[in-house]
Amino acid sequence: MDEKTIFELSRPGTPEIQMPEHDVPEMILDEVIPEKFIAPLPPPMPEVSELDVIRHFTRLSNKNFNVDANFYPLGSCTMKYNPRVGEWASRLHGFAGLHPYAGYENSQGALKLMEELSEDLCEITGMDGFTLQPAAGAHGELTALLITRAWFKDKGEDRDIILVPDTSHGTNPASAAMAGFNIRQVKSDGYGNIDIGDLKSKLDDKVACLMLTNPSTLGLFETGIEKVESLVHKAGGLLYYDGANLNALMGKSRPGDMGFDLVHLNLHKTFATPHGGGGPGSGPVGALGPLVDYLPGDELVDEDGLTVMKPRTRSIGRVRSFYGNFGVLVKAYVYIRGLGAEGLVRASECAVLSANYLATRLKEAFDLPFKRRCMHEFVLSASRQKKLGVSAMDIAKRILDFGFHAPTVYFPLIVPEALMIEPTETENKQTMDAFCEALLAIAREVEENPEIVKSAPHNTPVSRVDEAGAARKLMLCGI
Amino acid sequence: MVPNDLKYTKEHEWVRIEGGIAVTGITDHAQEMLGDIVFVELPAAGEKVEQMGKIGTIESVKTVSDLFSPISGVVKEINKIYMDRMEGAENPDFHPEYANHDPYGKGWMVKIEISNTEETANLLTPEQYEKLLEEEA
Repeated sequence: MDEKTIFELSRPGTPEIQMPEHDVPEMILDEVIPEKFIAPLPPPMPEVSELDVIRHFTRLSNKNFNVDANFYPLGSCTMKYNPRVGEWASRLHGFAGLHPYAGYENSQGALKLMEELSEDLCEITGMDGFTLQPAAGAHGELTALLITRAWFKDKGEDRDIILVPDTSHGTNPASAAMAGFNIRQVKSDGYGNIDIGDLKSKLDDKVACLMLTNPSTLGLFETGIEKVESLVHKAGGLLYYDGANLNALMGKSRPGDMGFDLVHLNLHKTFATPHGGGGPGSGPVGALGPLVDYLPGDELVDEDGLTVMKPRTRSIGRVRSFYGNFGVLVKAYVYIRGLGAEGLVRASECAVLSANYLATRLKEAFDLPFKRRCMHEFVLSASRQKKLGVSAMDIAKRILDFGFHAPTVYFPLIVPEALMIEPTETENKQTMDAFCEALLAIAREVEENPEIVKSAPHNTPVSRVDEAGAARKLMLCGI
Repeated sequence: MVPNDLKYTKEHEWVRIEGGIAVTGITDHAQEMLGDIVFVELPAAGEKVEQMGKIGTIESVKTVSDLFSPISGVVKEINKIYMDRMEGAENPDFHPEYANHDPYGKGWMVKIEISNTEETANLLTPEQYEKLLEEEA
């Protein structure tokens, strides 16, 4: 059944809503606000009863796909189960009710948590210091690039180029452009690594930084990382680690040991906060050596058992109000302390095992462009199906009919008809087997009955939407 | 589909030389790879362009990609089907989907007044372009 919008449910004059009598003196609107700021008409608010509102949004929420209900192997997004204990901890009154202006003497618990979380993140990544302010992954990227800019400005070096591999997340070049840099793309080789020859040809004294995701968005470990590191540093540039894929490496390998100078993490992904609904997220940035002094916000240090805030002398300044998205920090802390060092290692091992299990089962029916052991995710190509007239998008839509979320499609850009699958460590074998059976059944349908795939989805509340039409006519307002 | 009366670039633009004017757009292969095209940003008429310099951006439902000028010269005209608004109002002739449906015809993008005819020697013949497609496949 189609759900009406809340505006369509509106019945003018709905009597159920009654505001209490006000207990302050009445003000005349146009005596306190200049006329030019007063809207000629009241906003078009829907008039609906409380019960109408509850039922409307409950029905919508039941139609929404979510990781608590179904398997969500959306590559690059790490849609793992988020333990409920994190929700409990972040809602504790001492955390949730704490005012950011309470002062450090009255906020010791929260500050201690942030101090210890920073230390844990340093331990996990091999960095020397962290800022917890950035509110999301791309915000962390921008922060690290602004640090890069300030660093070279202080050194008196004019470097305006950022290198990004052709497999990079789209946010990398976007963040670089936003920070005022120009972008050079570096090619991948046939093995899925950075093409060393191409990297050499792109490096010069204008290059400020190489942004690298390891494992890459192909789900492959960058085995040439030591060579890449020495080339970039020899050319005087910095090395930046996009932490989007840290879920593959926790406790196994550290960006700091690989030679990265700056790191961002997605706490909401790797360290278990519900995400994908628009936030709140958290994208802490870590730095090595003298770069630590450029981080936003104060350094948290222990002084006689009290956590105190020390200003950083070369800080690029604040990038977020107060302490960042503190609730996400609490969840990350609980996740790290709950699993412990051994648990984090085990989580990454299981994430990698799950992805390799799926890749092995699916590579008969779909092309696997890079024939290597994958890390926490892998990229299939539907090129074989495309020759029969069925695209990766069609297959993604058909998966919805089987009750699974679709993989990421058409990314990374260097794989034609890409299907990017990340099962995460929290799925059991039965769930992954059911997903494999569904994809294998779809591969058979492509050969025997392609129309059912091309016209999918059939069992979802909304059928195939006109994505091109929606992108061309940018109408966000229904009324 | 590679029409044999056109020239091509290795970045998948096609060119039709009409006197001193080069008409250009993206090839059928390019539109197939990009998928449904939703917006095309083009240079303004009168702008100077260089051979293989970036002159625009093509946005599809899958990705964003650069458009390169096949030749040096001055932009003479751009195809109005790619302008979603004109003179502050919605353009009733906004039809970016022609880049998908008719890439060599109604989907043309830019007309350039050629400044150096010798540069046409750098363009690919249909045979060379077909070979490039085979190599990239």
